[in-house]
Amino acid sequence: MSEKVLMKGNEAIAEGALLAGCRHYFGYPITPQTEIAAYMAKRMPKVDGVFLQAESEVASINMVIGASAAGKRAMTSSSSPGVALKSEGLSYLAGCDLPAVVVNIQRGGPGLGGIQPSQADYFHATKGGAHGDFHMLVLAPNSVQEMLDYTYKAFDLADQYRITAMILGDGILGQMMEPIDISPKEPAKLPPKDWALTGTRGERKPNIVNSLYLNPEDLEALNFQRFERYRQIEEKETLHETYRTEDAEIVVVAYGAASRIAKNAIDLAREGGVKAGLLRPITLWPFPKKPLRELADKVKAFVVAELSMGQMVEDVRLSTESLRPVYLSAHTGGVVTTPEEILEHIKQAAAN
Amino acid sequence: MQRILLAGFGGQGILFAGKFLAYMGLHDEKEVSWLPSYGPEMRGGTANCSVILAEENIGSPIVSTPDILICMNLPSMDKFEPAMEKGGLLLYDSSLITRQPEREDIKGFGIPATQMASDHEMPTLANVIMLGKTARETGLCDLSTAEGVMRKIVPEKKQKLLGANLKALALGYEYQ
Repeated sequence: MSEKVLMKGNEAIAEGALLAGCRHYFGYPITPQTEIAAYMAKRMPKVDGVFLQAESEVASINMVIGASAAGKRAMTSSSSPGVALKSEGLSYLAGCDLPAVVVNIQRGGPGLGGIQPSQADYFHATKGGAHGDFHMLVLAPNSVQEMLDYTYKAFDLADQYRITAMILGDGILGQMMEPIDISPKEPAKLPPKDWALTGTRGERKPNIVNSLYLNPEDLEALNFQRFERYRQIEEKETLHETYRTEDAEIVVVAYGAASRIAKNAIDLAREGGVKAGLLRPITLWPFPKKPLRELADKVKAFVVAELSMGQMVEDVRLSTESLRPVYLSAHTGGVVTTPEEILEHIKQAAAN
Repeated sequence: MQRILLAGFGGQGILFAGKFLAYMGLHDEKEVSWLPSYGPEMRGGTANCSVILAEENIGSPIVSTPDILICMNLPSMDKFEPAMEKGGLLLYDSSLITRQPEREDIKGFGIPATQMASDHEMPTLANVIMLGKTARETGLCDLSTAEGVMRKIVPEKKQKLLGANLKALALGYEYQ
């Protein structure tokens, strides 16, 4: 194994994109994700890539649409209010069936909010994020290594299914450093981009990338096709991880930075004699409904720990068909939950 | 597992000092995490940084009850000393912090790092003097290992500063 390097989560995302062959990055600075743009600004010229700081978030997502339509791997990144600005573009990417990778390093909201870590954009990321019937494939890393690995994977998934893959991180994951392995990965086998606008050279019919369909039957048929792909993604690409759930009575559900804090709480609970475990969704859409539903038959209760007023908790209640009580351990606005607070919720859930 | 918190004013090199400790952990093949405070408080205000060195996977990267606390100003010591783990080590810059530690269940080590730095005409390296003292009192590593780590993390463009950094490290390490 190659020597590990110490890197920030944001830099690892940029490095993961470069390893995946992304040579088109369009960004706009905002705390706490600016290191992504800074890293790209430094590295892209050295690999004959394009780094462009656009005049706005709206411009940058539209540049992604253009590069992707031309068949290139393209990425943009921002933090919560900036991602909200990109929303129109997210819908157009979906409507045009274009692959793209969009990164959201979440901060407190709503509005301009604050700059400290948050997970309050779960609804925005997993429930469409803009107008129209569509989904993004949402990946939620919880370490610096995973920031790299899942960004790399996001490009493959995006190309495979012609979908926008979103990396949903937060200020903690973006800012923290951990030692990581940045060695090159084996390229995946992917379908050719025969839909891309690369010039016909007079040898084929022109491709058209478009999201306007005035005939409702045509639009419905396209949406049906798209949702068939979504069904395949749900079947094949759902990812989750469990920790000490084998004999658990209380299962904490948490993603991203909150899942790391929850892990400490679970160890504390075990030391105190409460059988606790963790289910950590890695894909937030598709959501790991099946393993949660299975756990619902075995456990006493669930505790959802998230840095929002309670967004993922709704998906946990739906997935478990409310067969067991689901408690919420929440902080918002950039305040970060402590292991002790989650532990209190675990104890309460065990006592009830 | 060692949970380390470094705190001081923005500009004192708190984040760099944390990075040094993280690299030291990496050198020892430990699991390592480094998390800075970020945002407007860094511009002239207080800065702090959590570093965890562990044998096992690290859960939360946030250090709220430090085993090792390194303070380079009084507000930081006032804020974080009460949060320390029993038996913890508190290293503080005694040229800027005139009070003694209040807790009796921790060990305190004062070193006039800022004064020493200015006496040796290296006014920006008080943080590295603190690191030398930290290496010695915590037993995290010996001086030659610390020097090796320093060689590795001083960026190429700043190689001319390496000598001063090594000297500062030794000054802190040898201070009694």
